[in-house]
Formats: sequence, structure tokens, C-alpha cells
Amino acid sequence: MRTGVASAAAVSAWRLPCRVKMVVFLEQMVNGLTVGAVYSLVALGYTMVYGVMRLINFAHGDFFMLGSYLGYTMLVTVLAQSSLPLWVKLCLATLISMGAISLLGVLVERMAYRPLRKSSRLTAVVSALGVSIFLQNAAMLIWGARYQAYPPWSVPEARWMLGGVHVSLMQLLIMGISLVLMVGLYMFVQRTTVGAAIRATAIDHDTARLMGIDVDQIIRIIFVIGPGLGAIAGVLLGLYYRQIHFTVGWSYGLKAFTAAILGGIGNIPGAMVGGMLLGILEMLGAGYISAAWKDVFVFLILILLLIFRPTGILGERVAEKV
Amino acid sequence: MRLELSKQASFIRAHSAWFIGALAIAAVALPFFISDYWTDVCVFWGINVLLGLSLNIIVGEVGLFNMGQMAFFAIGAYTTAILSERFGINLWLLIPISGLIAAAAGYVLTGPIIHLRGDYLLMVTIGLNEMIRITLINNPFGLTGGPNGLIVLDQFRIFGHVIQRPADFYYLVWAAVALLLFCLGRLQRSRVGRAWNYVREDPIAAEATGVNTRWAKTLAFTLGAGIAGAAGTIFAAKMMVISPDSFTFMESVILFCIVILGGMGSIPGVILASGAMMVLPELLRNFAQYRMLLFGLAMAVMMIFRPQGLWPSQRWMTRLKEGDGE
Amino acid sequence: MNPTPDAQLLSLVSVSKNFGGLRAVDSFDLNIAKDSITSLIGPNGAGKTTVFNLITGIYRPNSGSITFGATPLIGMLPHQVVETGIARTFQTLRLFENLTCFENVLAGQHCRCKAGLLACVLNTRARRSEEVRAHSEAERCLRQLRIWHLRDELARNLSYGDRRRLEIARAMASIPALLILDEPAGGLNERESDELMDIIREIRDSGITVFLIEHDMRVVMGISDHVAVMEYGRKISEGTPEAVQKDPAVIEAYLGTDDEDDEAEAEADAEAGESVQ
Repeated sequence: MRTGVASAAAVSAWRLPCRVKMVVFLEQMVNGLTVGAVYSLVALGYTMVYGVMRLINFAHGDFFMLGSYLGYTMLVTVLAQSSLPLWVKLCLATLISMGAISLLGVLVERMAYRPLRKSSRLTAVVSALGVSIFLQNAAMLIWGARYQAYPPWSVPEARWMLGGVHVSLMQLLIMGISLVLMVGLYMFVQRTTVGAAIRATAIDHDTARLMGIDVDQIIRIIFVIGPGLGAIAGVLLGLYYRQIHFTVGWSYGLKAFTAAILGGIGNIPGAMVGGMLLGILEMLGAGYISAAWKDVFVFLILILLLIFRPTGILGERVAEKV
Repeated sequence: MRLELSKQASFIRAHSAWFIGALAIAAVALPFFISDYWTDVCVFWGINVLLGLSLNIIVGEVGLFNMGQMAFFAIGAYTTAILSERFGINLWLLIPISGLIAAAAGYVLTGPIIHLRGDYLLMVTIGLNEMIRITLINNPFGLTGGPNGLIVLDQFRIFGHVIQRPADFYYLVWAAVALLLFCLGRLQRSRVGRAWNYVREDPIAAEATGVNTRWAKTLAFTLGAGIAGAAGTIFAAKMMVISPDSFTFMESVILFCIVILGGMGSIPGVILASGAMMVLPELLRNFAQYRMLLFGLAMAVMMIFRPQGLWPSQRWMTRLKEGDGE
Repeated sequence: MNPTPDAQLLSLVSVSKNFGGLRAVDSFDLNIAKDSITSLIGPNGAGKTTVFNLITGIYRPNSGSITFGATPLIGMLPHQVVETGIARTFQTLRLFENLTCFENVLAGQHCRCKAGLLACVLNTRARRSEEVRAHSEAERCLRQLRIWHLRDELARNLSYGDRRRLEIARAMASIPALLILDEPAGGLNERESDELMDIIREIRDSGITVFLIEHDMRVVMGISDHVAVMEYGRKISEGTPEAVQKDPAVIEAYLGTDDEDDEAEAEADAEAGESVQ
């Protein structure tokens, strides 16, 4: 998608004078942090579900994808006509998308995952795959197999020069919103009673139940928050890259999972750190090695991580059953 | 509580020799009674069965989650295309060569990952699949032809007869299936097959009883990769053009799910489920665009109501329902 | 590889194992004599099963050495330990539940056979004769443990006593020189443990050295030639069953001294008082 910019950077990076190289580097960093912020939001969903349920929700990436499509639909149909200011439209689109995807998340949990909670991991994985394939193809049938694009008027355009480096409003927005949401989620999980209940459930469902926690309710909450964050990330992605496609669920999903592992699965600040780091590594790889191989680079990171340091940077916070 | 087989299944079991004989005769006669188009469908069904059986060794016999099997299929197909076009090596020879190269790739790649926990192994195999696919697209050293792929002009020749009509490929593919079934049957009843059973049931107990679990897992993975690679040769000859699009990780996922839906570790299940994936969409032409949608739905539903699959292998049944505490 | 015929079959010297900050096994020394039945006893949590796991390669010691005949065992994988001639059973049974008893026992023969992929697919003569040998060996073990009549039953369907025997049969099938049993009498009634004692004596008489962990004192006293006692990871006593039984250190470990009893009572009172408030 952004291969144009990245390959231009790759071609020219070696020949420029030092100061300009610095600027290119910083711009790559900004790109990387922006993409990384999107990965972080998606990774948060993965990490929360895995932390509480030990389930890699393969469909999570597709919640993200559907979120971006729903935002697109809202903007193109209902909100196109109205005379509300752009900011309000964007907020409405995001909120509606969030609400719908959260609802979908709860529905999917209830119908496809709850019956399998006591079954083996393999059945849960296959079920999640089934849901993912279903959602992807549903999106393809509803919105078509070709790329769709967020309308040009929907993207707030504004650019600044900070110390000679180009930074756009969208980039700042994405990073800012991500950070706020992550901090908010962290506070929620660490400081509130519900958060404590979530942490307890993550350790052991049965014990949590004995303590009077309604585990089904907690899981429902997880499936509201996770997919909801994914939906926000989806809308942000649509606004930033403009183009959306029903396959982004898997490509972003896999990378977001890598980010979650990188930071330590089950670990909320870890998802943030992992996402940012992955975004930076990916952009640096694209800029200085080659754009065509950047995905290979990312997957290599995933594989090496899982072999050598599966607990990630900040450490896995998944209580192991002895 | 002995697992009760249905009356029909018991009947089939008791008279299995007759049933297999009848099926064999029907299979040989089939191309004479159906159109070329349907014979072609059966050719792809057969190739799918080869792939399914190769994955079944890894997933069904040993219990390793592998969603990157297409990578080995691709290695086999591309090896065939490259060696056939550049060096003119005979296609028959390329079947074992591609198989060996894919097996070697399997051996090397699985070395560092064979010990990983189930769902992590899953993600790694997806990653490997994508890495290989992207590598194929990027056309390193001009070998792989990029997104357009490579052409295979050579054809299988047997006793002067060129294999090119659908019926020719039909017999080639299903003869390969029969050979594979024979070999797998022998393996299952042997020390190797038993070792796989032990590792699948309880790897710690197996290791403590004297079974080299790492050897058993690596053998299964390498063999599965090799068979997929060999199948790649037949695929390349049939398609005549191979491109990275045939080997996406979606295809791997579908294959994985076919093995599970058929019944893990169950050979009849793999044949049945592959058939359902290939033949049903052809029969329900009107619903072709809903094929994947229904597939996804079927997977989720099956896991709830019948996780043991269409034609279950006895040994997996209770373990799937009760959970393996992993 | 066959162990050299030596009076000392298994030798542990200053073996230690830590788990994080916990010293599970502390400078443990033990020699197992050939053709003996040695028991390892001690209160729960003393580290006995950890010692077994160290010998069989499931854990690696932090220090010390473990030698079997002339072969050092440290660094070997569990299946390699079995190949050198040590077989074990587990405290919580680990059978292959969905396989038949016969298949379970055949597992023990796996390391004594060599047929690989090619030999199995081609069904070579070597492979066929190997199979015959393995099958007859498995039959011998099932008969010795008196469960031959259950050979086609799934392991999951067996009674508890028979499951214990199955695990011993499986261990026997690898033709070990040393058989390590982890609480073989656990959960057995008196008649069953009497039969078990007979079986263990028969096993010893057939030339296999036995090393066991056991809580059932009747069994320990009844069959052991030699007893070692562990507490908190250390060996606190060793000798004949009668000598160990009278050792004050052992009595203290199991029952506590008078002083310890008084302290324990006082603590219990204090706790009860707190909870009432």
C-alpha cells in the first residue's frame, strides 16, 4: 500500500547528504509509529482475549476489517448527505461502527466460542477459523471483491513541519487516539473493580466463579472491548490509507498477533510496545532493505520470537497451570 | 464405556475387503461413465486427497498443528517447473526429487519449531507459508517467475502414451492415492505408526517410555512435507502454469480444516471431506459464490456438534470432546 | 548399551536441584546395589519424585553426578535413559488411555527395535522378525503382571489396580536393568498390595534391580533390602528397614518431637482465636 513512499526512500536513502538522511529516517519512524499504533489497537484485542480465555481469536482481524467497512458505509451513505461538520461525522461513523462490531463480537462469542469453552484447544481454533472465513466472505459478498476507498472529503488533511520532518494530522491522530485508548484500558483493568474481576478471570475461571464473579459477563465485556478497539483501528486505517479490502483482516491480524507476542501476550502495555516496535521495524525494513520483502521480515521476527523468546519483551502474563 | 460404532459402520468394518474391492472397481470404471469435465473434477479431488493425507500424517497421527502445508506443495511444484524447464529432467524422476527437496525443507524448517506449543506452532506455520509465498512472488535470482509464475511444458509419458486427457490424469492421480494408502496403512501398523500414536496420546509418557518424541514428530512432519512436494509435481504437470496464487495460506487453512472436518487421523474422512469440498460446489453451481461462506459456517457448526468429524477415527473422539487439558 | 555388572548399579553423588529459590533436592547421595530392592521414603514434599525425575532425565540437576554402571546420565534425554536400561512408572499414572493394553506395553519395546520409515514401508524381513520378538516380549510382560486377559481392553476401561499393573508391564517391556517405581502401591487395598509385593519380588528375582518410592510402610518393610529417607530435599537416614524404623531422625521427620507438637498446638489455638474475632 505505502510501497511507493517506502521504495522511493529505499532508492534515494543511500545517496543523500547526512541531514536529509536524518529527515528520511525520522519520517520513516513517524510512518512506522502510525502503523504501529494501528497494530497496537488490534493487538490489544488479541491480547485481552488470549489473556482471559487462552484462545487465539483468529476472527479478531476480521472484526477490524469489518469495522473499517462499516465506517466506510456510514460515511458514504447516511452521513454523506447531512450537513454536520466533518469531525462530528467521523465520530458518529466511528461510534456506530464500534457499537455494531462490539455487538457482533458478543454474538460470535456466544454462538461459536461459548459452547466450546470446555473442549480442546484444537476445536476452538478451528471454530475461530470458521468464523473468520465466514466473516471475510460475508464482507466480500456484501461490499464486493475489489478495493473500496474512503471518500476523499472524509479525511482531515493538515500537514506540519516539525524540525524539517513532515507530519500529518492523521498520523498524530492515530498515535494520539491509540495512546489514549491504551492508557484508558490499562487504567480500567488495573484500577476498577471490573478490571480486577477481569484479571482474576484471566488467572483461573473456576476460582473467579467461586469468588462470585460472573465469568460469562466478564467474557462478554472482553468481547465488547476487544472488537470495539479493533473497529476504531479499522476506521482509522480506512482514513489513513483510504483503501480497504476484505483481506486486510488476515494480513493485519497476523501482524497484530506478532505485535502481541512481541510485547508479551496477555500484557496490555506489552501490546502497545509490541505494536509500536513492530511498526517501526516494518517500516525500517521496508525503507532500508526492500518494500517487497518487508512482510517476510515481519514473519521472520514472529518466528524467531516464538522460538527464542515466546514470553516477549515485557513478559507473558498468562498464568501457567502447573 | 466402549465407543459404540453405528450398525452401518460395524457392518462396513466387518466386510471391509468386499467394500474396498467394490470401490476399487467403481473407481477404475468411473471415467467411462462421466463427462470429461467431471473427470477433471475428480482429478483435483484426487490431488486434494494426496495433500490431505500428507497433512493427516502431521495433524492426525502426531497431533501437530500445521497450517502451512501449501508451502511444501509449492516447493514441490516450483522445483518441478524449474528443473523441468531449465534442465529437461524427466517428470517421473521429478516426483521423488521434488518430494525429497520438499522433505528436506520440512526437516530444516521444523527443527527449531517442533517443540512449540499448539497454537504458537499454528502461527509459525502460517508465517512460514506466507514467507515462502512472498518469496515466490519476489522472484529471487529470476528463478520463480514472479506473480505470473512458471510454465511446465513437459508431460508424463508412459509406454509411449502421453498423459494429457483428464482421464489419463485421473488414473495417474488415483493410482498415486492407492499407492499412498497402501504405504500409510503399512506405517500405521508398524513401529513408526505406533510411535506416532504414543506421541499423540501423551508425549511425556511416550518420552519416558523410551520413544524418541522429537524423532517421531520430525519424521511425521518431514514425511508429510515430502508427500506434499511429490504431489506438487503432478499438480504442476496438470496445471501447466503454476503461480503463487495457488499456494496462499487460505488454501493451507482450507486443507487443515478439511483434515479436521473429515475426522482427524481418519483416512476415509480425509477422502470424504476432500470430495465434499471439491464435488459439492460443482453440484450446487448456483451457490458457488457462497461456497467459502458455507464452509466457514460448517466449520464453526461442526466443532460444536460433531468435533470428531464426518468419519471419525476412534482414537480422537473422546479426546476432542472432553478436552485434552492442553 | 548394557550396564557393566557392578555391585553399584546406580550412583548419585551430591545431587542438587533448585526450582527458582526452592531447594528441592539438596546434596543427595545414594548408591543402589544390583539385584536389590531399595525404597525411598519420606514425608510429602520431601523431594522423592524430583530425585526420580532427575535420574530419568526429565529434570537436569544443578550440581552433582548420576552414574549408571559406567555411564553418566546427566544431559541425557528421557528416552535415552530408557535405552541405557532404566525404566520408570509415574505416581499419577500416565497410560495411553485410548490404546489397548497390548499397545501400551508394546511402547516399552519401541526402544529395543530399530525398524525405521523405510523398513516399515517395505516390510523387510528384519522388521518382521523384530515385530514377532516385540510382540512375544510384550506378551511375557503382560503375563508376568497377570493382566494378559485384558490385552485387548482400552487402558481407560481398566480398574485402578489393573492400571497400576499395566504401567509396570509397560516399563518392564523395555527390558530394564533398573526398574523405578513411583508409589506403586498408591490406592491399593491390602490384598492388592500383597500381590504387588509378590510381583516386585519376582521382578527382582528375574534379575532386575528395583528402586521405589512408597508411603505404604507395610510394603516398604515387607520387601525392601535397603531404605533411604528424605526430608526437605536431604537424606536424613539410610539402612536396613528395621534400622531406619528406629532412627530418631526419621521418627521426628514423620511424627514431630514433643516440642514441635506443643508449638504446633499453640499456633493452632492462636489461629482459632483470630478467626472467632
